[in-house]
Amino acid sequence: MTVMEQRGAYRPTPPPAWQPRTDPAPLLPDARPYRVLGTEAAAKADPELLRRLYAELVRGRRYNTQATALTKQGRLAVYPSSTGQEACQVAAALVLQERDWLFPSYRDTLAAVARGVDPVQALTLLRGDWHTGYDPYEHRVAPLCTPLATQLPHAVGLAHAARLKGDDVVALALVGDGGTSEGDFHEALNFAAVWQAPVVFLVQNNGFAISVPLAKQTAAPSLAHKAVGYGMPGRLVDGNDAAAVHEVLADAVAHAREGGGPTLVEAVTYRLDAHTNADDATRYRADAEVEAWRDHDPIVLLERELTDRGLLDQDGMRAAREDAEAMAADLRTRMNQDPALDPRELFANVYAEPTSQLMEQEAQLRAELDAEAAGPEGAGR
Amino acid sequence: MTTVALKPATMAQALTRALRDAMAADASVHVMGEDVGTLGGVFRVTDGLAKEFGDDRCTDTPLAEAGILGTAVGMAMYGLRPVVEMQFDAFAYPAFEQLVSHVARMRNRTRGAMPLPITVRVPYGGGIGGVEHHSDSSEAYYMATPGLHVVTPATVADAYGLLRAAIASDDPVVFLEPKRLYWSKDTWNPEEPEAVEPIGRAVVRRPGRSATLITYGPSLPVCLEAAEAARAEGWDLEVVDLRSLVPFDDATVTASVRRTGRAVVVHESNGFGGPGGEIAARVTERCFHYLEAPVLRVAGFDIPYPPPMLERHHLPGVDRILDAVGRLQWEAGS
Ligand SMILES: Cc1ncc(C[n+]2csc(CCOP(=O)(O)OP(=O)(O)O)c2C)c(N)n1
Repeated sequence: MTVMEQRGAYRPTPPPAWQPRTDPAPLLPDARPYRVLGTEAAAKADPELLRRLYAELVRGRRYNTQATALTKQGRLAVYPSSTGQEACQVAAALVLQERDWLFPSYRDTLAAVARGVDPVQALTLLRGDWHTGYDPYEHRVAPLCTPLATQLPHAVGLAHAARLKGDDVVALALVGDGGTSEGDFHEALNFAAVWQAPVVFLVQNNGFAISVPLAKQTAAPSLAHKAVGYGMPGRLVDGNDAAAVHEVLADAVAHAREGGGPTLVEAVTYRLDAHTNADDATRYRADAEVEAWRDHDPIVLLERELTDRGLLDQDGMRAAREDAEAMAADLRTRMNQDPALDPRELFANVYAEPTSQLMEQEAQLRAELDAEAAGPEGAGR
Repeated sequence: MTTVALKPATMAQALTRALRDAMAADASVHVMGEDVGTLGGVFRVTDGLAKEFGDDRCTDTPLAEAGILGTAVGMAMYGLRPVVEMQFDAFAYPAFEQLVSHVARMRNRTRGAMPLPITVRVPYGGGIGGVEHHSDSSEAYYMATPGLHVVTPATVADAYGLLRAAIASDDPVVFLEPKRLYWSKDTWNPEEPEAVEPIGRAVVRRPGRSATLITYGPSLPVCLEAAEAARAEGWDLEVVDLRSLVPFDDATVTASVRRTGRAVVVHESNGFGGPGGEIAARVTERCFHYLEAPVLRVAGFDIPYPPPMLERHHLPGVDRILDAVGRLQWEAGS
């Protein structure tokens, strides 16, 4: 057969039909961060909720300043302040039902406290007396997580397990903008979307990962846009607008609870303090930028809305401040007591049953402690 | 001993049976991993489980080891008992961070409030002619992480019993499956499989008087063969199968070495920084005055696992073991 004959016989077959699996348009985030305060939408917000958010914001700010002060007194090894980000923290805690779960990152002490964790117990990780100071099951708050983004797949697994058991439990997981670059972020979002797990991911985009600005972290149009690639909706919200964060999260939580699957929410906010008390933020950002964000303070925004609408007066503000002051005083008092530590606890919870190796080591430590207690004379050598 | 007829079965079949029995006995047991559902796993160890229990209980996950283990952590937090399959030894490494940063320490960091009963099944070791990344012996990494149990069966009966024990354990267990032994047959009672001892007990597979071979997993059959061969040279070798690397059964090992006065540790993972160094040190610490010779190690070379056409030179075989046994006739200055 000649080439020409072959050509004549050639019947191009079309490739098997292809279409996008779903329409990407509904998944795309809003063009600008969604806002409630100072807009028409504010009229629809529940005044009771706004007042609660306000009280928690004021408490949260006070908690941050108190904890930072405790680092200066050597009572805390380190504290990553969430000043400026309180709206995200508080909304994340308040949006959940009791049966739901919160998966905080290391900066989210405040969210844990707003959900009910004892303010002192929330700080044990940072004080250094134990890793997790609270029972995660008591308020359904997973341990504060230091490796970035690794708690996200936990949230997916828990939500998936709850759904398998027939419980309408939602997991809300917090992560920073830097954490979105980690592989675990990707794997968690992918699993969540494939399994349609009832999870909400809240990225607190506070502009920096320690010193690295968002522009060096990602080339995506926004972090919320990342959702589309996984097949879940992305939402963009003003992270300093507590009412807006709460509303967007409430929608996402309701969607997840109804079986609609996960949502990725990006809250655009700013870290007003340094990364931690040990960080020098002047090395990587200009004062003017910080000042611009101070004008967009989450507490001021909500206060203005509430006072403008006659929902809060001087007395109300004073009451919120007094309540926060009482919390701070209690925190101070209790943190100034030395924690009671039992070194033998080191061996207590490594395994359900200690191994013979651990029992030997515990005996060794006990002998050392006894010798220490007996003093130089009692030690006998 | 049982009266039911013993039948030949492979280690892979015993593992499948263990998974099936565990799932039938406890609805919270979930199997998950890459290709574990419809395909039944690349080694067919999960064969039939999805059909019998549904794909909610035996789940084909996305291809992401950190995601598999990370979601298993959340599932365990909510009261399930995930049994995770890592497809091959060297592909478990992406999940390492989840394993060491969370799985191994969740009980400890929460003061016992949040135990994680997760079993991580890892087919490991060489000798099957696998291409790169399909033959690693990664046990030393797992052993170096407090909070994990590390278990590896060498017989069909142990494969069943230890896997049941691992799944029943309230602690995370790294369950290393010697893939070279998947198709090894043993007579076993598949009608009434018996649970073996709890995790953490070594067993003397062959009693002997002149020296102890301490080994586990894929090297057990090699050691038994070496022990037979050594008879011709007048050596009566005892062979101890560790079964569990963590916890370590000091009592059984120490008693054996004190009896024989000589010991060789045999494993196929590399020697430097490998399990043998830890084992030799423990034995020396406990048996110094009973030892007639230094504790020797016969291990794989300190090289990345070699290409399959060269692996026979790397894997410790009978000759290398016999050679070491010869060196146990140690004299100062030799
Ligand atoms: C896996 C991992 N790598 C590095 C670190 C060290 N580290 C702690 S916080 C941080 C920056 C995190 O930035 P981001 O996720 O944006 O959270 P933010 O600090 O802004 O709340 C880094 C690099 C870590 N905790 N975990």
